[in-house]
Amino acid sequence: MRPADRALLTLAAGICGFALCFVDAARLRAAAGADEAERTRLVAQLRLTDLALFTEARYTRHPSQADLHSAFQDHPLALEHFPTGSLIAPPAGLARVGADATVASEEGGAK
Amino acid sequence: MKLWLAKQRYLIDFTLASLARRKTRNLGLLFVYTVLVFMLASVTLYTHALRQEAARVLAASPEVIVQRMVAGRHDLIPPGYMEKIGRIRGVQKMEGRLWGYYYDAVTKANYTFMVPAENPPAAGEIIVGPALERSRGLAKNNGISFRSYSGKLHTFIVADVLPQASELVSADLVLMSEQNFRAFFDYPAGHYTDIALSVANPQEVRNVAVKLAAALPDARPILRDEVLRTYASIYDWREGIVLALLSAAILAFGILAWEKASGLSAEEKREIGILKAIGWETGDVIKMKFWEGLLISLTAFLAGFVAAYVHVFHFAASLFEPVLKGWAVLYPRFQLTPHIDGLQVATLFFFTVVPYAAAVLVPIWKAAITDPDSVMRG
Repeated sequence: MRPADRALLTLAAGICGFALCFVDAARLRAAAGADEAERTRLVAQLRLTDLALFTEARYTRHPSQADLHSAFQDHPLALEHFPTGSLIAPPAGLARVGADATVASEEGGAK
Repeated sequence: MKLWLAKQRYLIDFTLASLARRKTRNLGLLFVYTVLVFMLASVTLYTHALRQEAARVLAASPEVIVQRMVAGRHDLIPPGYMEKIGRIRGVQKMEGRLWGYYYDAVTKANYTFMVPAENPPAAGEIIVGPALERSRGLAKNNGISFRSYSGKLHTFIVADVLPQASELVSADLVLMSEQNFRAFFDYPAGHYTDIALSVANPQEVRNVAVKLAAALPDARPILRDEVLRTYASIYDWREGIVLALLSAAILAFGILAWEKASGLSAEEKREIGILKAIGWETGDVIKMKFWEGLLISLTAFLAGFVAAYVHVFHFAASLFEPVLKGWAVLYPRFQLTPHIDGLQVATLFFFTVVPYAAAVLVPIWKAAITDPDSVMRG
């Protein structure tokens, strides 16, 4: 076989592998459908708000529910205690003009 | 067409022979290139799948959660609060939620104690999450004791274990009856942890939140939308941190690839000179180098992407898991469902394949339009 044919065949195999990733992803998604439905059912049934990923502190266990000061609960300049804290993003409300600020300003406007 | 194809095959033959003359250097470049694509693709595939997972699962979370704030801290909802919320137009349904944290000195982990609104366990019984079952070696009908914050020991029977499939959201949960919960935490009667609201018209959620904040200034409404945004930002942040750590490697590769692609060695210049002298046209030289760039970058992209896919979705991203997933004593075991974002793949392709292929062409074009004699002498 000529080197060009070998190279083109290798590339074709790579493209097939690339396409197979998408096929495999669809297969795994279909197979995971029941598990996902179970998770969604439990979230709806228990009114859950967060993923149980980081259980060490309340602001990492329920980042969406934590009050804005909870990471600095000991004193305002307290250093972060937990490994997750250094890698978890600040709450969405703190990072941008969040719900509190929006609601407060809209409330101010309503008055 | 047949002639064109035959010509390309000869060009590829020649390109491969030329690459083989600098085998170690080119194989080294291909390897580093593939590893770089592998790392970038692993991070983007993993974080995108996690973001999607969080978005899909939490789409079923309550539309609005109302907390009460005292001195900037989350406080209990007192009796009478729910009645005031009930008077706000647009509120369809509200439920007081009872939940709290318990630190278990045995496993050195925090659990989330909760009272389910529907089908709560009988008094004296609990339903536990799968991670808790594992860490405490529990099974159905086992007894377990927890010392409450008042110092009293409370014993419960494990009535059931939540399904393994739900571990991502239920790893550390302990579900119990309202009566047990209030007794365990000495919760005052009529008080709740927070309130879950559903709004009749989904378009009105933000308006209801505004009315709520006006009626109850100490209330903090948290919309589902914000919960979803929080999770999106967590993984954007993590992806950013990993990419920042990888940026040194990306820069190093950039320099290596630019050096390799843009600076022609004397040997390569001589090769071009000889080709031109024996009758190759400028276009043929450029085509040959185009094939060289394409073969290297496309092979690296395809191999790196496929390896990253297998690594993330069949080997649980074992190389990046500690940074991307995080860490906790009771960490849930879960298998990520693959979700490949076409735009992300296209971006990755564009930023890895195109610059290299382009960087190869420019110096070659410059050398190929120069007089063969001066190129060979140069």
